[in-house]
Order: sequence, then C-alpha cells, then structure tokens
Amino acid sequence: MLPLNATIERITEESPSVRTFFFDLQFETMEPGQFVMVWVRGVDEVPMGLSRKNSITVQKVGEATSKLFELKEGDSFGLRGPFGKGFSLPSQGENILIIAGGVGAAPLSPYADAAREAGSEVHTILGARSSGDLLFEERFAAAGEVYVSTDDGSKGTKGFVTGVLSRLNLSAYDRIVVCGPEIMMVSVFKLLEERNVLGKAEFSLHRYFKCGIGVCGACCIDKSGLRVCKDGPVFSGMQLLDSELGKYARDASGRRVKI
Amino acid sequence: MYTLTGLKLKNPTILAAGVLGTTGASLCRVAREGGAGAVVTKSIGPTPKTGHPNPSMVKLDCGFLNAMGLPNPSYPGFLQELEIAKKESGVPVIASIFGGTTAEFAEVAEGLLPGKPDAFELNVSCPHAEGYGAAVGSNPCLVEAVTAAVKDVSNVPVWVKLTPNVSDITCIGAAAESGGADAVVAINTVKGMAIDIESGYPVLGNRSGGLSGKAVKPVAVKCVYDLYTALEIPVIGVGGVSSWQDAVEMMMAGASAVQVGSAVYERVDIFSEISKGTETFLQRKGYSDVKKLIGLSHEMV
Repeated sequence: MLPLNATIERITEESPSVRTFFFDLQFETMEPGQFVMVWVRGVDEVPMGLSRKNSITVQKVGEATSKLFELKEGDSFGLRGPFGKGFSLPSQGENILIIAGGVGAAPLSPYADAAREAGSEVHTILGARSSGDLLFEERFAAAGEVYVSTDDGSKGTKGFVTGVLSRLNLSAYDRIVVCGPEIMMVSVFKLLEERNVLGKAEFSLHRYFKCGIGVCGACCIDKSGLRVCKDGPVFSGMQLLDSELGKYARDASGRRVKI
Repeated sequence: MYTLTGLKLKNPTILAAGVLGTTGASLCRVAREGGAGAVVTKSIGPTPKTGHPNPSMVKLDCGFLNAMGLPNPSYPGFLQELEIAKKESGVPVIASIFGGTTAEFAEVAEGLLPGKPDAFELNVSCPHAEGYGAAVGSNPCLVEAVTAAVKDVSNVPVWVKLTPNVSDITCIGAAAESGGADAVVAINTVKGMAIDIESGYPVLGNRSGGLSGKAVKPVAVKCVYDLYTALEIPVIGVGGVSSWQDAVEMMMAGASAVQVGSAVYERVDIFSEISKGTETFLQRKGYSDVKKLIGLSHEMV
C-alpha cells in the first residue's frame, strides 16, 4: 500500500516529551500491538505502535519525531499499516497481567481496552521515570487494578516494575503482556523465566525498521532470524529464549550495537 | 543435487541479494525453513552505510518499489554474519559485494574471503545508489575490469548481477563474460517512482528507486532470453518470480537457476513451494531433469 493521508484532528500532551496524535483514519481491524509506519514527509518514516484505532502516541526522540512534534491540528502525515503481529487477544474470565514501561504503555493501552471489553480480569504494572511520565493511567485503571512504580518514587512504588512484579503471584495469570524499554523487558523476561511462566508471556520488541513489510531483513533478530516487523513486533516468551533480547540490536547499517 | 558454476544446490531456487540477507541467522532461516537451494547475502561494501531515509520500500498493486541505498555494516562488520550463515545454513552462501571502483571491489572480496563464501555476486546494478551499482554496471569497460579484479583476488566463482536499465543488456553481459565471470544474474530492479498525490512528495525517501515483483517478470524473461543467446556462461534468472510456473518460464527462457526476492513477502517458504512445484511439473511432462527446461523456448521455432 502507498501511504494513506492522515490529517491530525487533535493533539494531546501526555507528558513533557510524549504526545498523542489523533488522526482522521480509523483502523477498525487493528490488533493491539500492531504498528503503523508514520511518514513525516520530506524527513523520514518511522514505526509507531497504535495507541487507539485512530491515534499514535509518540515520544520525541529523533529527527522524525521532532518534526512530527512541529505539526499542528489540521496538518497531515502519511500512514501505512497496520502491520505486524499484535498481542494474543484476551478473552472473558481470563486473568491478564499487563506490564508497561514508559512509552511502552502506548501499544498496551488498546490491549487494556480490549481486555475490559472482553470481560477479562486485568492487573497492570505501570512504570515510568517519574509521576509526570506515567501514560494512560486512567485507561489501565478502567480495565482493573493498577500498580504504579516510578524510578524516583514520585508516585507508587519507588523503583522498577520488576520490584512490583516480584511480589505478585504469577501463577494466577493466564496471560502476561509486556512492552517497555528493552532493559526493563529483559529484567521482566528473566524474572518470568525463573518463575516458569514465560510460556504465557508476550513481549513487544523495538528494532530499526527499513521496509517495515518483512522483505529487507534489517530487523531480523538472533538467533531465530525472525523479522520484528512481520513475525513480530509481538513475540512469545518462548520465541525469545536464546535471543539477542537485552544484549544487542542492529543499527541502520546492520552493525550490532550493545543495548 | 544440482550443480551451478561448481556449487552444489539441493534445488535451483536461490535467495536474491538484498532480501532477508543482513544477518547470518536470517540467511539460515531462509535456507532451513524456506527451503532455498542457496542464499545470496545483502550487498556488502567497503564502509558502513545506513542507506536512504525511509520510506525505503512500498508495496504497489503491481509489485514493489524500493530504494534501500545499500545499507550494510561493511565487510569487517559482516564477516561474523557470513561465518554464521556458512556454518549453519547447510547451503552455499554467495556474498553480494559492491564498490565504486575496481580497487574497492577487490578490497571487499578479499576482506570477505576469510568467511569462505562459496561465490561472489557483483552488484553492478543497484539503480539508486550514486557512484555504485548501475553507475558501474552501465559501463561495459568498468564491468569487465571489476569482474577481472574480483577474479584476480579470489578462487571462487564470480557471478555478475546486471541492470536492465541499459540500452543493451547483452553488451554488459558480454563484458562480464570477457572479465571472467562464471555466470550472470539478471535482472536487478527496473527504475521506478511513485508520487503521493495528497502532498506531491515522491513516496520513497530517495525520491525514486527500483521496481520489483510481478510487474518486472516479462522484462526479466526477455533479458534472460537475450543473455542466453548472447553468452556462453550460465544465466541466473531473477525478477518477479513468485511461483513454480514463473520459475519454469524463466528456465525455458534460458535461466540455469532462479533467484527469488520480493516474493518472500507472501511466505518465507516460497523456495520449497517453487522447487516442489517444478519437480511435479517435470514428472507430469516426462522431463528427466530440470536441465531439460533450460533454454527450451529457444528451440521452439
């Protein structure tokens, strides 16, 4: 598909460095965890997880996102997608644990909405650097109980999400879904592996994408060779055993860069 | 087993350069899960390159348009990936290389030799990287010199991948043959462009790029047909092959083997599908060997 034209209808400031852009397209069939390629014309095109069927939630980190932050309501950008494999959908009566760190809460927020609508029992561990950086706390709270953790202790438990996670009875959950900075995800991965619950966990990975449609191979992970853009970005815990997770990623040239 | 320029292939389907070839693990997956008879790596050059800005590839109704811009980690950065592919893929691994000069081609080939590639494929055909690829590959003298230079520094077969964006591809093919090429590979992508009419911006980050997929198959079949007539060395057919019927057609035009690129979009195990389908076709038609198909259409007059 060629990029669709998405006109910005509304922009909300979620935190000092994170904004949600609502656009005039509705991706009715999107699965939580799927992404779109966001084309800031004349600059670059970058992958973003959908935070709703008509919104992306973006952290200002580089050239493309900085240019995106200069756009106003009524301006437009290009969108291709939704692409990739999302999280396995929750069903009625299931016990779900959501573990969201930083802007990783964005692709998990529609998962919380879907779990609430399906009638699942949802618990969320929502982590961020500081209270002002917590994303979508109300949406997660609408789905069930939220355990907040902040690195600086300004809200909830002081420390990392793993601090809260280590105190939970993980055998009580049917599904565990995780998205956040890779350092956080690898800590969660290790803890879930120790507790023998990796089989019911899913993780959303972030890698440099070029084509975004599973052809070029720039985002393949070791040792499976799976493509993050097409076989992922959501992978089961078992798929990530003996993988590069938390160790290294590849840059735009394909060189390995330590996480 | 099937022999191509001395390489032993379990079937005549080969992963094309620039597709799922940046990492050793990915090449192994295409060989093991995908069923490819051999794999060609991402094109590797003398220095790390990040490539063009995105969008670098879009799917059109008739095929794919791309301008990656030869992103690669350079030969020192790629050696470990080549070693993994060689050790674990179980199939011949062909290193695709590029350079701006004969000296650069020789440098990259020599630099990758410790990884023991089974052959080199010279990228003198990428249509959208300034000073590289087709900039070299549309000049017969340069093609001959570059081929000879890589032959000089290595003792493995050298394939030369040709661009269709020239007035006479057989003239470039003949230059490769004169330079000592063991095979030519045809074709790389056909120059193309798409424009976003909402904004007027060209869609690709590089503004224009190369077309692959279904749309280019008839172009590829004609190039392979002509090269088969003009050259003594084998022709490897690539361009829009996405089914066993396409592979058979390409072989009848004169291809000794086929490469598959964009079609991995549909499924990674497209190679198994093509080789099984071709096998069944051979049995149905009573051909004793896949070699019976090669150039068959030339005899039909």
